[in-house]
Amino acid sequence: MPINITMPALSPTMEEGNLAKWLVKEGDKVSAGDVIAEIETDKATMEVEAVDEGTVGKIVVQAGTEGVKVNELIAVLLEDGEDAGAIEASGGGSSAPAKPEADKVPAVPASSPAIEVGAKAATDPLPAPKAADGGRIFSSPLARRLAQLNGLDLKALKGTGPHGRIVKRDIEAAVASGAGKAAPAAAAEAPKAAAAPALATGPSADQVLKLFDKDSYELVPHDGMRKTIAKRLTESKQTIPHFYVSVDCELDALLALRTQLNDAAAKDRDGKPAYKLSVNDMTIKALALALRDVPDANVSWTDEAMVKHKHADVGVAVSIPGGLITPIIRRAEEKPLSIISNEMKDYGKRAKERKLKPEEYQGGTTAVSNMGMMGVKNFSAVVNPPHATILAVGAGEKRPVVKDGELAVATVMSVTLSTDHRCVDGALGAELLAAFKGYIENPMSMLV
Amino acid sequence: MADTNYDVIIIGSGPGGYVTAIRSAQLGLKTAIVEREHLGGICLNWGCIPTKALLRSAEILDHANHAKSFGLTLEGTMKADVKDVVARSRGVSARLNGGVGFLMKKNKIDVIWGEAKLTKPGEVSVGKTSKPIVEPQNPIPKGVKGEGTYTAKHIIVATGARPRALPGIEPDGKLIWTYFEAMKPAKMPKSLVVMGSGAIGIEFASFYRSMGVEVTVVELMANVMPVEDEEISKFARKALEKRGLKIITEAKVTKVEKAANSITAHVETKDGKVSQITADHLISAVGVQGNIENIGLEALGVKTDRGCVVIDEYGRTNVPGIYAIGDVAGPPMLAHKAEHEGVICIEKIAGVPGVHAMDHRKIPGCTYCNPQVASVGLTEAKAKEQGRDIRVGRYMFNANGKAIALGEDNGMIKVIFDKKSGELLGAHMCGAEVTELIQGFVVAMNLETTEEELMHTIFPHPTLSEMMKEAVLDAYGRVLNA
Repeated sequence: MPINITMPALSPTMEEGNLAKWLVKEGDKVSAGDVIAEIETDKATMEVEAVDEGTVGKIVVQAGTEGVKVNELIAVLLEDGEDAGAIEASGGGSSAPAKPEADKVPAVPASSPAIEVGAKAATDPLPAPKAADGGRIFSSPLARRLAQLNGLDLKALKGTGPHGRIVKRDIEAAVASGAGKAAPAAAAEAPKAAAAPALATGPSADQVLKLFDKDSYELVPHDGMRKTIAKRLTESKQTIPHFYVSVDCELDALLALRTQLNDAAAKDRDGKPAYKLSVNDMTIKALALALRDVPDANVSWTDEAMVKHKHADVGVAVSIPGGLITPIIRRAEEKPLSIISNEMKDYGKRAKERKLKPEEYQGGTTAVSNMGMMGVKNFSAVVNPPHATILAVGAGEKRPVVKDGELAVATVMSVTLSTDHRCVDGALGAELLAAFKGYIENPMSMLV
Repeated sequence: MADTNYDVIIIGSGPGGYVTAIRSAQLGLKTAIVEREHLGGICLNWGCIPTKALLRSAEILDHANHAKSFGLTLEGTMKADVKDVVARSRGVSARLNGGVGFLMKKNKIDVIWGEAKLTKPGEVSVGKTSKPIVEPQNPIPKGVKGEGTYTAKHIIVATGARPRALPGIEPDGKLIWTYFEAMKPAKMPKSLVVMGSGAIGIEFASFYRSMGVEVTVVELMANVMPVEDEEISKFARKALEKRGLKIITEAKVTKVEKAANSITAHVETKDGKVSQITADHLISAVGVQGNIENIGLEALGVKTDRGCVVIDEYGRTNVPGIYAIGDVAGPPMLAHKAEHEGVICIEKIAGVPGVHAMDHRKIPGCTYCNPQVASVGLTEAKAKEQGRDIRVGRYMFNANGKAIALGEDNGMIKVIFDKKSGELLGAHMCGAEVTELIQGFVVAMNLETTEEELMHTIFPHPTLSEMMKEAVLDAYGRVLNA
């Protein structure tokens, strides 16, 4: 029997991916464990391994195909002694039905009360729902009631009625497709599950292109990462009220400590040190400790509840060709600097190869974006939900400072904290930043 | 050389066709409409409108006959002058027919006079009208284009429908009538047999009964107006019979014998018994069928099914560039369905964003017999058949102040809700002015209200419309005035 190879789900939320590259061609022999293809998801490129041995009988989905649904047939493997004719005989050439797996369907909240209509309902009408930004979601009364009966979150739905009003057919479509299930309150995944409200869209491609001469540009189609960056950051800026707090930190003590620590690193036989700390590694640690000290700022927003995190999982923006990705140092407040440093090196290398696994870049409770190495003095970053904060780090540079009424020279680094004002107010942000500054300027405290 | 190239050519100027033409012009498309007989089609010339004029005369006569109950004494007698009643009806049609001509001109739509044939995709040839014209014919509007070949990217077939004939009982225009003859009697018959109790049959039966004619209605199905909710059909039947209408259901006319000035209909009931009814005329009202012949559909391979053009939800046939709307595109064969279908079709052609297919469940139906019948959505039986858990509310006219004041206290309103979601599934009415009331529920359904919004809506007092709210309240055990 020919063996069907289907599009793998590389993460629990993955619905489709791009088939970036085939590493085998029809007729090639493969054994279990061989890498046969590369799949590009929203942010990462993953390898697909063969699980059986055999000969590649047919490549169904060509390299470069975008939006291949999970479980769709992508190739057929022939066992020993079978020829290509067996593919037709077994019906293997046709697309395998995409069977949604039960455990991948988001759970319906248990508290989805059936409405007993009548006297009670009449005096207690369902309120018109509010969008994440507090604006009204236009929906028909029947759509609201059907959404409630089916445990759907109207915010996650797109209306097809007049002026984008959510109507019965939209609910029916959502029920059929399984979209828009209301997120269980206070779950860490909640902000991700609740999709964006209807977003304002920018000018259309046609509107943009007609402003330029036809031969004055070339069009480069977006890859998955570019689309994700565009979608998530647009969503962030449209739904998160940003608030910014800046502070200058003196770095001289930290730089001295760094030198001392790096000099003290044990070396292996090749003379390679066990670690080599960067300012960025120490910044990550300082932010993690600051969040531990100011736990109210270590949160995520959901409409129903404040998600208070027990650990500081710090995402670090890594610039890579074609975009950026934010691998996460988990429980950074507990990890010694050497571990943070080595994890970052590994992440940085694999990020550039687009080989990070989804669980390595999804989630997190805050983020650091460091452009100091590019000589940037100061900037403000965009909060990446479910984070409530992001720290934008500028270059450490010698600046005149006033110490005890005298002019002096110090190495100073400016940082700006962007906060989601829904859950981290200005004063709280300032408190977090003060704690951060304390660690940076008294770096020994990071070691104990 | 006159310009013969258009974006859109519409064949047929009935309510579907001419409304589509206006919408087409509004959307900036260069539009022409082909008509072979009369602008406004059957609806305006031989259907909806002139019958309403006849029924209005009947209604005034009915009121006059009950003048005494309103404290009014009529000196002498009120009697109908057939010639003048028909003349008024024709006059109403003529006025509206002229109105359509004006609308075409105002919207810069070219009217091409003659019989259209699709010769190839994108091309219509218009020749002389071969169909015998039904008299009286309104004058052909001035400034129309004539025979020739015309081209258009999009051709919309809106040729409507015509009376269906049963074999052996074919209308002859003298003893066996269709609505054409029934609309313009030269003299008032003494007796009539009406075959079929759909909207057309029952309206003529009601009109002639008001005019004092002995009318017998023969219906194949168990209830008159078989598409209506059974409870409403039965209610209407009782009221019609009270007015002296004879109604035989589950029966069919098997044979019609013609004498010089009368017919004898052989009526066979379900139990196999055959009775003979002799009357001056028989009105054949057994439905209508689409006009799909002789317009070149077969040659172009346009798919048809049971006498109608097969279309998708946007009026597209299987042949690109050819569309069909209205009666010719299938039931329900109603003017307002045709108009809406046409608008959806042309908006889709023009690329208007957010065009949605028609929801057939939200097409209202009105019958203008006395008492009137109106409905929208699912009947109780249909709702149950679909496995819906329902709540039903009813309200009778005899408990409504306005109805009693009008002397119209015989009627009822019935509403059907989905028990779980509160969705209004259907509304059914019989009684005075219900054809004007139904639209309230149509709007409610279209805006997707539940029972809550209807209960929170303030209905003016004193009106018949208050009964709509009471019926809703009744469905939830909260009726006030009953």
